[in-house]
Formats: sequence, C-alpha cells, structure tokens
Amino acid sequence: MTGLYQLKRTPFHARTSALCLPQNWRRWAGHIAVGSYDLGLEREYWAIRNAAALIDVSPLMKYLIEGPDAARLLDKVTPRNIQKLAIGQVYYTGWCDDGGKLLDDGTVTRLGEQSFRLTSAEPALRWLAMNAVGLRVRVTERTDQMAALSLQGPKSRAVLNRCCDTTVDGLKFFRMAPNVLAGRPVTISRTGYTGDLGYEIWMDAADALPVWDALMDAGGDYGIAACGILAMDMARVEAGLFMLDVDYTAATHAWIPGQKSSPYEMGLGWTIALDKPGYFVGRRALEREAREGSAWKMVGLEVDWEGLERVYAAVGLPPQIPAMAVRGSLPVLHDGQQVGYASTSTWSPVLKKYIALVHLQRPYYEPGTRVSLEITVEHHRRHAPGTVVSLPFYEPDWKRK
Amino acid sequence: MTGASRYDAIVIGAGHNGLIAGAYLARAGKKVVVLERRDVVGGAAVTEEIFPGYRFTEFSYVVSLLRPEIIRDLELPRHGLKILPLPSTVTPMDNGDYLAAWDDHDLTRRELYRHSPRDAEAADEYSRVMARAAKAIKPVIGLVPPDPSSLSWRDLRGLLKLGQYGASLSESEIYRIAKLVTQSSADLLDEWFEFDPLKGTKSASGIIGTFLGPRSPGTAYVLLHHYMGEIDGAFRAWGFAKNGTGGVSAAIASSARALGVEIRTGAAVEKVIVRGGRATGVALANGDELHATVVMSAADPKRSFLQFVDAQHFPDEFTQAIRDFRVRGSSGKVNIALSELPQFTCLPGEGPLHRGAISISPSIDYIERAYDEAKYGQFSQRPYIDMIIPSMIDRDMAPPGHHVMSCFVQYAPYDIEGGWDDAKRDAFGETVIDTIERYAPNIRRAIVGKQVITPKDIERIAGITGGNIFHGELLLHQLFFLRPAPQWADFRTPLPGYYFGASGAHPGGGVMGAAGKLAAHEILKDWR
Repeated sequence: MTGLYQLKRTPFHARTSALCLPQNWRRWAGHIAVGSYDLGLEREYWAIRNAAALIDVSPLMKYLIEGPDAARLLDKVTPRNIQKLAIGQVYYTGWCDDGGKLLDDGTVTRLGEQSFRLTSAEPALRWLAMNAVGLRVRVTERTDQMAALSLQGPKSRAVLNRCCDTTVDGLKFFRMAPNVLAGRPVTISRTGYTGDLGYEIWMDAADALPVWDALMDAGGDYGIAACGILAMDMARVEAGLFMLDVDYTAATHAWIPGQKSSPYEMGLGWTIALDKPGYFVGRRALEREAREGSAWKMVGLEVDWEGLERVYAAVGLPPQIPAMAVRGSLPVLHDGQQVGYASTSTWSPVLKKYIALVHLQRPYYEPGTRVSLEITVEHHRRHAPGTVVSLPFYEPDWKRK
Repeated sequence: MTGASRYDAIVIGAGHNGLIAGAYLARAGKKVVVLERRDVVGGAAVTEEIFPGYRFTEFSYVVSLLRPEIIRDLELPRHGLKILPLPSTVTPMDNGDYLAAWDDHDLTRRELYRHSPRDAEAADEYSRVMARAAKAIKPVIGLVPPDPSSLSWRDLRGLLKLGQYGASLSESEIYRIAKLVTQSSADLLDEWFEFDPLKGTKSASGIIGTFLGPRSPGTAYVLLHHYMGEIDGAFRAWGFAKNGTGGVSAAIASSARALGVEIRTGAAVEKVIVRGGRATGVALANGDELHATVVMSAADPKRSFLQFVDAQHFPDEFTQAIRDFRVRGSSGKVNIALSELPQFTCLPGEGPLHRGAISISPSIDYIERAYDEAKYGQFSQRPYIDMIIPSMIDRDMAPPGHHVMSCFVQYAPYDIEGGWDDAKRDAFGETVIDTIERYAPNIRRAIVGKQVITPKDIERIAGITGGNIFHGELLLHQLFFLRPAPQWADFRTPLPGYYFGASGAHPGGGVMGAAGKLAAHEILKDWR
C-alpha cells in the first residue's frame, strides 16, 4: 500500500499518526512530519519552554563517515577544525562551496577516532563523495536506518534520567554519549533546535517505537508533550537559529548570486577556523570576507509593540498576530529606504514581543539601529518600527548549564 | 536618630503593584526602597510551600490583565516570567454531563451546539459584541482618571481626551455600554442565552470579588472586564504564571532589584511621618525611621489612609469617603495537595479538562442562592467554585505524579455571623470538599493536605482590610474617578508627598499592575 505515490513515513509514524488528531501534517525532506498535535500551538510551544517536548526529527539526513581519513574529509568540507573535535563531542557547522557561500548546515559528531556522524537538511552524499576522492574514507547514508527524536525543554534531563540506564547529568552542551533506553542502544547528544535545554536521541529505526513509548511514559509526570515542527519553528526563531530554504538558499540552488549567503552573513563567523592548517572548501573567499567585512548580516529585529499598536489603531484594530511563525519575506526599511528583509517572523509567547530574523545591509545590521518592518494592515502597506538586536532573542540560563 | 536612611521614594507594600511602582521609579533613576511587612514579597500574589513539595498559589491564582508593556518595560521574561496557557473551562453538570469551552472556536461551538443550537449561535455574536464593548472602554484603563469637577488644566485635558474618545464611539456602542454598566449579569445573559450551565458559568465572572449576586445591578459590567485580555490580540484571556502568581512577584522583584530597588522584608510600617504638611518618610514597627522625598502606599485604602496617616492630615470628606469605601470580602480559597488527579464523573480519566478551569456553576439560580446565604452572614452551603490544577500546567508545583488544586470559593462573607473561628473555617473547608465530591468522588481519598483561607485569613496574612481580593469591590460607584475617593483618583492624596498606587486605586484589581505603573508615572511627573 505504501510506495509510489506517498511521501515517506518516519519510524515513529504509528505513534505520531495516532496522536495527530487535527491531521496537521507538513512536508520535511520527502517525509510527512507532524505540524501540530493540537489545533493550536500553545501547549506544544510551552512544553518546549516549560516542560519537555518530544519531536520526531527522523527526516534529518544522516551520514556515517568512517575510515583513517574521515577527519581529513570533514576538515576539508567544513570550515571548523575537525582535528580538535573530541570523541563524544558535537560541532554545529555550515559548509560552503568554493565561493564561500553556504550549501547547508548541520552537526558533526565524533563517534570514534575514525568515525563521525554528519546530519544535514539536504542530501550530501554526492558532495561528500566528490570531496573524498583519494581519501581512505567510507560514507554511508543512514537516513532511513536511523531514527531520531529531539527531547527539548527544561525537564528533558529529568525525563531522560528516568528511563536511561546511565544518567545524562554529566553530559555537557554539545556532547554525545552512548546510552541504553528501554533496553535499546541509543546515542544521546545534548543538542537541539529550540535554544532550551534539550537532547537528541539517535537509534536504530527498529528500536523507534519502544524508545518513544519509554520517553512518553517517563515524561508523563513532567508534562511531556508530543510536539510538531510548527511549535519548534517558533522556538528556533527565538533561539536565533535559521533554516535552509527559509532563511537562506543553498548556493547550488541559487539562480542568481544575490540569493547566496555566506556563513559570516548568517552569523556563523564563530564556526570558521581560519587558523586551521591547509585548504578547506571556500577558504580563500572566506578569508577575503573576514578581511573586508560582510555586506549583509542576519540579525534580530524586535518590533516595538506600541508602534505596532499605533499602526493598527489607525484603522481601529488591535494588533493582529499570526498564530505561527511566518515564513515569508517582508521588507525592512530605514528612513523609507529598503535596507533588507525579514525571512522568518513570529510572535514570541515567552518574550511577549513580535520578532523577526532579518537580513540587513551594512551598516544597518548594527544592534540598536532603528528600522521598520513592512506589514500589511487592512490591505495597506504599513511600517512597524523596531530595533535591531543581536541573536538569540531568548536564551535561558539552563541551556548550557 | 538611629537607623535613619534617606531615599527618593519609599513604597509601602511589596505586592505586585508596589514592586512595579518601585521598579518604574528606579528606572527613572530614583533611589527606592520597597517595604514589606511579611517575610515574603508578593502580597496577595504569592506562592508558598504549605506542605513540603506542594506549592500553593495561596490567594490570587490566575493572570489575565498583567499589562504587556510592564512585561516588556521591566524585561520580566528575562527575570523568569512565563505565562502558561489555561485553555479551557469545563462546567460539570448535575446530570453527569458537562459543558466545555475550549480554546478552539469550532470545538467550543460544537460543544455548545450539543446543549443548545440557539445558544451556540448566540455565543458567537455575544462574544463579538462584548469584545467590541471591551475595546471601546479599554483606552480608559490606561488613562489617569480626570476629575469631572475640577478645573485644573490637567483634568480638563484628560476630560477632553475622554470626550473626544466618547465622541468617536457609535450611538449603538454608547447605548450598549450604558446598558452594560447598569444591568445585572443575569439580565444581560437572559437576553442572550437559554442554557443554564452556560449562563451560570458566564455570570460567575461578574460576581468575583464583589459582595453581589448575579441578579444585582452592576454585575454585567464586570463581565466586560473579562474580555479585556482577549482583545489584546496575542495576549490570552487567562493564563497561569510559571510558579504561580508568586512567580510573577518574583520576576518583578528580580527586575526591580536589577534596577537598583532595595526590597526590605519583615519591615512593617507603623506610620507615615508627616512634617510641615508633607509626607517625609515612614516609621517602622521596629522603631526605625526612613526618610524620603515621596512615600507611596501600595496597601489597601483603609490601611493607607486610616491607619498609616493620622486623620488630622486629611479633609473630613476624604476620610469619610475612605471609611465608606466598600471592602467586604466575599470569597475564600481552598488549596489542596493531592496524591492523584481528581476524577470527574462527567469526563473520566486524565484529559484536557485537567489543564483548564473547572467551574462549579450549574446555573444562575445556584449562584444567586449561594449569595442569599452570604447576604445574611453565612458561607454558601453550595458555593460557586473556580478550580484549577496548577500542577497540570506547571509540573514544578507538586512532586512528580502528585498535584495541587486551587479552589476559589464564593461566597464566604468577611462578616460571618458570630465571626470566623477555627471551627467555622473547618466547616467551610468541608463544605467545599463536599461540593467538589459531588462531581469528583475520589477527591477525599486523594487529599494529602489542605489549606482553607477565609476573608479573615486574607486580611490577616496578606494584610488586605476586609479580605477583599480587589482591595475594594469593583462596584460602579467605586471605579474610575471615584476610586478610591472622589477627586483623588489620580494617585495623589490630600497629603502632599503621599501617593497611592494599588488595587484600591484606578483601574482596580486583578494581577494587572496598571495602578502601580500609573502611580509611578504621576510621581515622576510631579518631580519635574
């Protein structure tokens, strides 16, 4: 019955589909993924910010990279210094074409001396294979064989400690360790896409359902909620985290140069190890950009609520706020001149602010700059004033502790 | 003189209004101390661990109207404030069925349709009409009330603003509002609906914190207050603060401290010091004296004007107005620690109902009857109860697997026949449990501990005279330019240097914070 005309289902489908009563499904990398399990997003959002949220992230592309030259391959294709990556450590990184423009972003986990896991949003096998020419390395795609869950929220540690053989108390931010959950071997990394305390649990697809059940069971007393990708989308904007195809376009997919973005422009300057030895893809272009500065930068925009109220009050309305993150480009202006655009904007329930990830030209990306966001009020273009801020918008103390 | 200290401003009372006023004054560069009689800050917005591991939102328990600009101005999210959704209200019925209002329009409509197709349609129009009326009067909340009898430039300007605003309303809006402010909630609801549990539940919000029944004129207006939160767009009507309302106070206190406010607990104020016809400081119960340019009271009107300051400093008519201010407490709280969730016969199992409000309000008659008993000095034998289970919304409120339940109970008159004593308090608590047991039979078995709070206890613990949760009933003759007294609704008092900014001032109670913020603004205006 499955097959030809259907999108792929994740290994958790039996559980997620039983809970997804509103039938709010979205597409994610050729899979169907739950948008939300409730009619609204509030409960799932607050599970992320105040309890524990269980999110099926299996559609992430996963690659196993093994062999004596595995580290050399990753050192070559990412701007990070992979030689420094310890076993059990995770790096977040983007990677570029040779023009120094982003292709994709994801995580690199060092599983062993000669073995790594790479996650990505888009397929990367061809690109890895091209770069692996002459290297003693084997790249295996594990996307379908491996299931993944993201457990996010301040209670995620307590939930894991209830159902794992080994506590995760010692697991530091961006570290990974093997564990046993529901009697199944898993690896758990302290990573996520929400800017809160959180973990990602990686397992064999065959173990997916028992692991899901054990987590939901252990989380019952902590207010765990199965959470769709729409609530996560609001949280990731608050965390200042961007998304491929929403906030930037892969250099290989861009039709025109203006669609491409560099890691510096996306705020990933901290991931670029120009001090590491030797060539890596995009090095020369990135060195030039580091020297000359970036023409653009992605930063945060906080819309003034009082200003938004005024704009709406002019037509006799209270501010109208979309119920989910808006993935649409909105012009950003300075003194009436367009100086950039917002790629994702959202109401932040925790901050009680309207916020946006914005891409601004130099020098308007400096924090404190006053700009305005173009919005449509009763079918008319209006400008809501706001202030440029550094990312993230929201970062609780316990994220890294 | 020992223990003397000098401040720009002294704020009496570290409830949410006092803390907010202190924070705004400090934000403007003033040296501020906030004095709190108790060892905990928060006033009636406190969370306390009465039984180990179980945290009770002792008095106020939900948040609706906390002004969003206060949240942003004081950066409360950075100081831990989170307002969690309270998405539904379920009213168990005597026949074993229930009436639910969910946070989704289609679900709510379908649910109501089950009971009354006519009401289902009327409910849509009713909420639009109420929301429009709320929108029409909302700007008034943010205004310092102008005194219509005064000829001062400031008041005239305020009146002009109000007049312009009034002129912008349509004729039908004005009629609607005129009707709303004079009607009883029962009359209003009878015009719209037929289904008793719906009318009972809606009428309940018109009587909260007043010593009135749903058939008393003036209660319709209070219903309107409950639509205020809704028209703020992104701001929910009702929410539960992380860590209870004590979490709100803690966030405000943390923000205030970060702004440089000194908060002293265990510092009961005995008297406001008056020199040369001006308030110049306070004397504490321990004998310390603190001096400041201005003193603001965030205590209730009776304490602020009849206790802290000698009557000689006020005109007679002011003192008389404060004496006449009605502060009759009419409600109590029962906070319960539970070893398991209450199982409601109407919706067995753990479900969404446990995450929202559960209202014991089967009909208007039920509530009016409860009021009848209170009128003559008894607590209601079958009271109106508004329950929430905070531990289902925020798991930090109780040990894992266990729960706390907050029950707001009306009526429990402050002036009970023969006066409150331990036996009456126990009997009151039993009546509440009995009432809940009719709908959730396992409740008694699940009780680990309970705290029963009468209006007398509210007065004793939180220091609110009369035990009224709003520091004074939200009656029409006690609102706007009449709150707390005619001519003195602008946060100033007849005593120069002495200001007043709490729930007993305009615009009134609820964990809203507007009074504290507006008072701070007026203080700063006078500074210039």
